[in-house]
Amino acid sequence: MRSILQRGDKFQPLPTDDDRLDQQIPGDLWKKCPKCSELIYTRELENNLRVCPKCGNHFRLRARERIEQLVDPGSFVEWDAEVRPADPLEFSDPSGAYSDKLQATQRKSGEYEALITGFGTVDGRSIVVAVSDFDFLGASMGSVFGEKLTRAMERCAEAGTPLMSVNASGGARMHEGLFSLMQMAKTVAAFARLGEARVPHISLLADPCYGGVTASYATIADVIIAEPGTLVGFAGPRVIEQITKQKLPDGFQTAEFLLEHGMIDFIVERGDLKRTVAELLDHYARVHQVDRGESIPWQPNLARSNGVAPKAAKPGKKS
Amino acid sequence: MRRALNRRSESTATLEPVESVALTPWDRVKLARHQSRPHSLDYINVLFTGFIELHGDRLFGDDPAIVGGLARFGDRTIVVIGHQKGGDTRENIRRNFGMVRPEGYRKAERLMRHAEKFGIPVVTFIDTPGAEPGIGSEERGQGTAIAESLLTMAGLKTPIVAVIIGEGGSGGALAIGMADRMLMLENAVYAVASPEACAAILWKDAGKAPQAAETMRITAEDLLSFGIVDEVIPELVPAHENTHGTISAVGDAVQRALDELMEVVDQPSGLDRLMEQRYERFRRIGVWSEALPVAAE
Repeated sequence: MRSILQRGDKFQPLPTDDDRLDQQIPGDLWKKCPKCSELIYTRELENNLRVCPKCGNHFRLRARERIEQLVDPGSFVEWDAEVRPADPLEFSDPSGAYSDKLQATQRKSGEYEALITGFGTVDGRSIVVAVSDFDFLGASMGSVFGEKLTRAMERCAEAGTPLMSVNASGGARMHEGLFSLMQMAKTVAAFARLGEARVPHISLLADPCYGGVTASYATIADVIIAEPGTLVGFAGPRVIEQITKQKLPDGFQTAEFLLEHGMIDFIVERGDLKRTVAELLDHYARVHQVDRGESIPWQPNLARSNGVAPKAAKPGKKS
Repeated sequence: MRRALNRRSESTATLEPVESVALTPWDRVKLARHQSRPHSLDYINVLFTGFIELHGDRLFGDDPAIVGGLARFGDRTIVVIGHQKGGDTRENIRRNFGMVRPEGYRKAERLMRHAEKFGIPVVTFIDTPGAEPGIGSEERGQGTAIAESLLTMAGLKTPIVAVIIGEGGSGGALAIGMADRMLMLENAVYAVASPEACAAILWKDAGKAPQAAETMRITAEDLLSFGIVDEVIPELVPAHENTHGTISAVGDAVQRALDELMEVVDQPSGLDRLMEQRYERFRRIGVWSEALPVAAE
């Protein structure tokens, strides 16, 4: 029986002029590893989960690549794809208006916002995933990011389904001002409720994770993991260097640094991630009846996105 | 009004109210940062009696950039916590300019739990450029410390009132500011990043901070209109020129907010209602569009 969690939007790809398309055109058969400079056959890189076969460098993943690697094929059902950014401050800087920047980013990235949420299965186990996309304005956390994550957490709490968040982010989105900052409070409050319902939250810190995301839901999860070499911090290294005039120690703010200082539970290679998540889910399933499979009052929105980037997101204040 | 920015100390001679419309957001940033503006301990010493400062996070150290302890406010015992800047350079260096390290947030969190244990309301004063960016702070988990403080505030079963008295610097401010009531002085500012940092990133020039301050909508008036702040406490004269008047106005506003919250708490299942209201208070914040209406309400 299809759980109510599984209903929702099937992903409708946006038309895109993303440079990633260029990577697939004939002639771009090779990718160069930024770490060891090895030339890698693109298909080999994809087959190796975008990990350099020579030096083990974990390439950054787009959100949908991550979801594809993490959940069982065909199991992912996207949620709240129709929740789209607005421009509450009518923000603009010398590079243009925020609303224009949003449209350009939407066309370029093929996404409407920086966070993708939805339901899927990991080797048959139910899970809700919330994955940020660093290619969308540095996966900065604005109103939509916070709202989609909060909705996901609330549904997880009601349905008893574990949550996995994958968190790469530059921090709060400056263009939405204090609305962005308050998403830290909003998501942490939702996580507190998830905890009251005794539903586990697994956080994968992904490269790079900074600012408001590091200082909110991502670092208080029940299990916090990171891939090798991932950079995680509150303040960015350049800011720290400028202000303290100190040379940063080798390996500063890497996953290994965080592990050494007791800030994360463990480091996992990308190839072991899915299996590890499945094992964690099994532990919680044994001690606590997660995924009770009950229907929940949430009414899914079955309307489809029209597959076209919005002209201008109309500010509609939700209260 | 501009000259108020340059005057350092309180002058009793001319305290003529000035039209606030004359002030730009950048003027307010400068007023909010003014060295002679009253800081947390000024409020604590005037508004409360019997303040006993409690120190340390029981883990690593005591951060002088955050002060806190038990105090008496009218007929109530409260736990008060505040960022603390210095009134002069020497003191400012000791207080790290009000930039908090992880041990400061962990001290604040400990004091909040203390308040919850004894059913004591919490009052916080917000006045910080932001959490300290530094090697040691990163090593000791600056992000985690802020996140844990937020988590504690999200579920703290006692009323919390926060007052933004000067500079509300991003996550470092929010870390002790996730309150049931958020009050803000008229010339205080509260921003997701400092105008200088925002200008450096988006304008590629930190010198464009005044423009950034304009665009970022960081004034009390803006934040009230966004429903993020509950009440703006007027400053007919900038706080550093009218210290006592400002402090007593803040005291009145805190009193009213606490009275309202205690009224909620004193009812049957009042704490549950308080928790519900706090959740909703932050739950509703955000602006977005939904391309298609949700099928069912």
